[in-house]
Amino acid sequence: MILVLRCLDNFMPRYMSLLKVIFIKIFILIPYIVQSQESVPTLELEVTEGVIEPISMALPKFVLEKDANSYIAEEVISVISNDLVNTGFFRIIPQQAYISVMTNINAPPRFADWKAINASIMLAGAISVSGGKVSLKFRLWDVLAQKAIVKGIKYEGPISSIRRMSHKVADKVYEGVTGEGRYFDSRIVFVSERGSKDNRSKRLAIMDHDGENIEYLTDSDSIVLAPRFSPDAKKILYTSYRSGKPRVYLMDLRTKKIQNFAELPGMTFAPRFSPDGNRIVLSITLNGNTDIFIVNLLTGKKIRLTKSIAIDTAPSFSPSGNRVVFESDRGGSQQIYVINTNGGKANRISFGKGRYGTPVWSPRGDMVAFTKMNKGKFHIGAMRVDGSQERILTSSFLDEGPAWSPNGRVIAFFRETSGPKGAPSLYTVDVTGRNMRKIDIGTYASDPAWSPLLE
Amino acid sequence: MKNLIIIMLLLSFISACSELGERGGNKNSGNDPYADITESSLAYFSNSIGDTVLFTVNQSSLTSDAREILTSQVAWIKENGVGTVTIEGHADEQGTREYNLALGARRATAVRNYLVSQGISEDILSVVTYGKERPLKICSEESCWSKNRRSVTAISGESGS
Repeated sequence: MILVLRCLDNFMPRYMSLLKVIFIKIFILIPYIVQSQESVPTLELEVTEGVIEPISMALPKFVLEKDANSYIAEEVISVISNDLVNTGFFRIIPQQAYISVMTNINAPPRFADWKAINASIMLAGAISVSGGKVSLKFRLWDVLAQKAIVKGIKYEGPISSIRRMSHKVADKVYEGVTGEGRYFDSRIVFVSERGSKDNRSKRLAIMDHDGENIEYLTDSDSIVLAPRFSPDAKKILYTSYRSGKPRVYLMDLRTKKIQNFAELPGMTFAPRFSPDGNRIVLSITLNGNTDIFIVNLLTGKKIRLTKSIAIDTAPSFSPSGNRVVFESDRGGSQQIYVINTNGGKANRISFGKGRYGTPVWSPRGDMVAFTKMNKGKFHIGAMRVDGSQERILTSSFLDEGPAWSPNGRVIAFFRETSGPKGAPSLYTVDVTGRNMRKIDIGTYASDPAWSPLLE
Repeated sequence: MKNLIIIMLLLSFISACSELGERGGNKNSGNDPYADITESSLAYFSNSIGDTVLFTVNQSSLTSDAREILTSQVAWIKENGVGTVTIEGHADEQGTREYNLALGARRATAVRNYLVSQGISEDILSVVTYGKERPLKICSEESCWSKNRRSVTAISGESGS
C-alpha cells in the first residue's frame, strides 16, 4: 500500500529528495523497515498545488487500562485528531464506521477490519492512570503493509499534562507519516487585544499551539507588542510602554518577573534572541533614527550593526547566528536585507513589486518569511534566503507578522479586518500556501511567535 | 427629480471641498466652539492653536501647513511657559508594526527639531512614537489615514503663568 506525498515545493531540497524516494517506492515497493522510527516513511500523502488527498486514518478510542476513564480517553483522541486534521494531511474515519474494537494493544490489530473501512493507517493506544500519573502507550500501524510505522512508545506524566502528552503522540504520527519534523508540542505567545479600534488595550498571552490553555502574562495597563521566545522557550522578549515609551523587556515565563538585561538609550523595540540565546538583536531609535544593535547578554556589551540614516528594523537571526535579516528603507522604500553579524555591507534580497517588511529566518535556515505590501493589499510570503523563488501565501486588507512553526513547515501570522470595527485574529498557513486556518480563541489577537519544540 | 439630484451632487461637492480645506488642528475656524476658552489654557492650545500636524504617506518632512501650526505652537509655548512638551509620532494602519514605530519616531523628531530651531529649549522636549497603536480615526480609508499620520504636541505642567 502506498500513498504518495508529492510536495511540489521545488524550492525545498528536502522535498526533492522525498520525491525521488516516492518514485522508487511507487515502482519498487520497498518493504517498510520496521525497527527504525526515523526511517524513510512508506506512507506519504499526495500534495499537489492546491489539491491534496489526505491520508485516511483510523483513530479508535484508546484502550482503558487501570483506573483510566473514558473522559480522559476522549480528550486524548480529540487532541490527536485536531492536530492531525488541521495539517490538511490526515482524514480521520468516524468511529461509528469501525468494525473492530481494540481491547489489547499488544497484539497486532485485525488488519482486515481496518482495511475494510479503507483505513490506510491506524493508531492503537492505551491509557492507564495510577497515583495521579497517567501513561499513554501507542503504536501506529500501516494497515496494508501490516507493519508498525511507529513502534511502541510510552509517555508518562501528571494527569494535568494529558493534552501535552496527546500532542506528543500526534507529533509522532505526523513525523512517522510525513517525514517532517514535529511541531504540535509547542506554544504560541501573542498579544491579546480588546476594545474599540481607537481605544485598544493589549496584554501578553501564551497558549498551546492549538489555541488551548491560554494564560495571560501581563495586565492591559500599558501597550505591549511583539513577544518573542528564547530558544529554550523559558523566557520572552517583548516591547512595552510601561515607562511611557516603547522599551524592550525580558520576562521569565515561570515567575513572570522582568529581568534587566542591558542599559540601552532611546526607544527600543523589535527584539529577537540569537539561536544560542546569548545575544539579542533589536532596534534602537536615537534622535529619530532607527538602527539595529546586537546586545551580548553575557557581557552586556552592545554593537551597532547598521549605521544608515534610514529606518533599519525588524531584525531576525539566521539559525547559525552569524547573519541577520532585517528591513530597511535605505533604498527609498521598505525592503529586506541580509547582513553578517560582524558587520560589512547589507545585501538587499527582496526585488518583487511593492514593499517588504518583518522578515523572519526559518528554523531550517533555507527561507525567509515576510510581510509584503503591494497595491493596497498585505501578503504573507516566503522566499529563499537569496531572494529567489518568492512565494505569496496569503492576501487580505492586512496580513502581518509571520512566525515559523518549529519544523519550518507552517507559518502563523495575524490578519486584521478593515473598517471601524476592524480587529485582528491569528491564522496559520502551510508554507506551500494551502490549508490556511484561523486559530479560534474567542479574543482579538496579534503578533504571534511560535516556541521551539518543547522538551 | 432631476433638479434634486443636481442639488445633491452640488452639496456633496461643496462638503468635499470643505473637507479638503480642513486642517489638523481646527485652527481659527469661523464658529470655534472653544472661542470662549482662555488663550493660556491647554484646551486653547490643543484646539485653537492646533496640537496636531499631519504628514504624507511614509514621509516625515514638514509641510508648509505643518510649519505654520508649529510656529503658532512655539509662540504659545513661549508666551505661556510650560513644564514639559512631549511630541507623539503616529502612523496610519497601512504599514507593518515595527516600521510604523520607526516612522512615528521620525515624525516626532522632525517636529521636535523644528521647535528647537524656533527657540524652544531641548531640555523640556521629549519624543515618543506610537506607530499605528493609537489611531485617531478608525475608518480604513484615506480620509481617516490622512488624520492618523500625525504628530501631537502634548504639554504638561504649565510652569510660567
